[in-house]
Amino acid sequence: MSIRRIWGTARRILSQLRHDPRTIALMILAPCLLMTILKYVYQNQGQVFQHVAGSLLGVFPMLVMFLITSVGTLRERSSGTLERLLILPITKLEFILGYATAFGIAAFIQAVVVSSVALGPLGLKISGSQLMLIVVAIIDALLGMAIGIFVSSFAKTEFQAVQFLPAILFPQLLLSGLLAPRSSMPSILRVISDYLPLTYAVDATEKVIVGRGTLTHDFVLLAIFLLALLGAGALTLKRQTN
Amino acid sequence: MQDGVSICDLKIIRDGKTIIPNLTMQIEPGMIVGLLGPSGSGKTTILRSIVGVQAIAAGTITVLGYPAGSKELRTRIGYFTQSASIYTDLTCIENLRYFAQILGQSEISVQEVLELVDLTKNQKQLASSLSGGERARLALATALLGKPELLILDEPTVGLDPVLRRDLWNLFHRLADQGKTLLISSHVMDEADRCDSLFLLREGCALASGTPVDLKASANTEEMDEVFISLVEKT
Repeated sequence: MSIRRIWGTARRILSQLRHDPRTIALMILAPCLLMTILKYVYQNQGQVFQHVAGSLLGVFPMLVMFLITSVGTLRERSSGTLERLLILPITKLEFILGYATAFGIAAFIQAVVVSSVALGPLGLKISGSQLMLIVVAIIDALLGMAIGIFVSSFAKTEFQAVQFLPAILFPQLLLSGLLAPRSSMPSILRVISDYLPLTYAVDATEKVIVGRGTLTHDFVLLAIFLLALLGAGALTLKRQTN
Repeated sequence: MQDGVSICDLKIIRDGKTIIPNLTMQIEPGMIVGLLGPSGSGKTTILRSIVGVQAIAAGTITVLGYPAGSKELRTRIGYFTQSASIYTDLTCIENLRYFAQILGQSEISVQEVLELVDLTKNQKQLASSLSGGERARLALATALLGKPELLILDEPTVGLDPVLRRDLWNLFHRLADQGKTLLISSHVMDEADRCDSLFLLREGCALASGTPVDLKASANTEEMDEVFISLVEKT
């Protein structure tokens, strides 16, 4: 494994982002805007804002990174750059780790800005630390990225890739406990939600917000989901095709 | 033969359709070999199989002494694809630096290939704002990085202006003189004369092979198009 090739790939992806300032602005400003809207939608229900806005801090990075990677890797597949790369001395793992590094950095910046806006001017109160919130946001972003790389192999067009957002992530969002506590769900849905990564992402964020409970369990499960999805993503990168 | 490329009884089926029924060909090292045929004759498929990205149904392909697609070949083949596989949202120099990093090549080699394809003055330009010909040259530059021994070039001169085309062919000849092997596909028959040897291809089958002079002599004509027509009519 070569750090040079991983970092080279990460730098290349970050350069692509840098040439696309509109995407960067949308990545950072859209979550801030949504947070602000939430604040005023729930202006008479402070408790609801605390709950929803806090959890969304973990969900935004996942949604955004999912969209960017699924379209980005689809583009690499269809433009021939991926095939072009894989005949060179780069391994699939290095390629994926390059993506993870680049989007980890992007997620860090996004999480710092959005959480600062939420905790500062918007008056979101958390009992845990902001640093922990940022760590959870980065893990969530990497999870979104891994799902994005994986599902992009099932899409032939960018239209299809974008449609995987409602198809793959929204059901997880509904079952994650963000909208209704999981304990109030029918047992079948609760069991399904036990096997979905977003459940643990939302759970970890909530723990940071209330400042109670240990994060170890969530982190271990999220790491397992992340590794499995990255592995599945690597398998979808084919050196040889028909 | 350790160098060059040798293809034996190659068969390629794609989506249930036989693209290459049975192909045997030998490419000698240090030569410019032209793969000529109309579009749809299987040129790209053959080139892809030599590079190792095309799944094959039967046969063997040996490239520089290794089976096609081997790990050992990853720094030794330069591949130029028809669709110019570059990152259009990066500048020329960023594209080349990335591929150089993957290959473990220095900044000097980046400047070298930029100069070879005459893109030095465009190096800070986004690839998306390049003309078609400039994009093709950028993709060619990425293929030249690391001075690969074997260059697989899929229609590298399509759409280029005649002066540039001449310059590129001069470059190809210089590379061949240095001992590199070049396999170049084209559907433009008049590029045939610039190759050392030719394979004429139609519907996945080699109609004939030989030097341009011999092929023309055997068909008793001066035009490569005529050679092709006479070969098709004979079969």
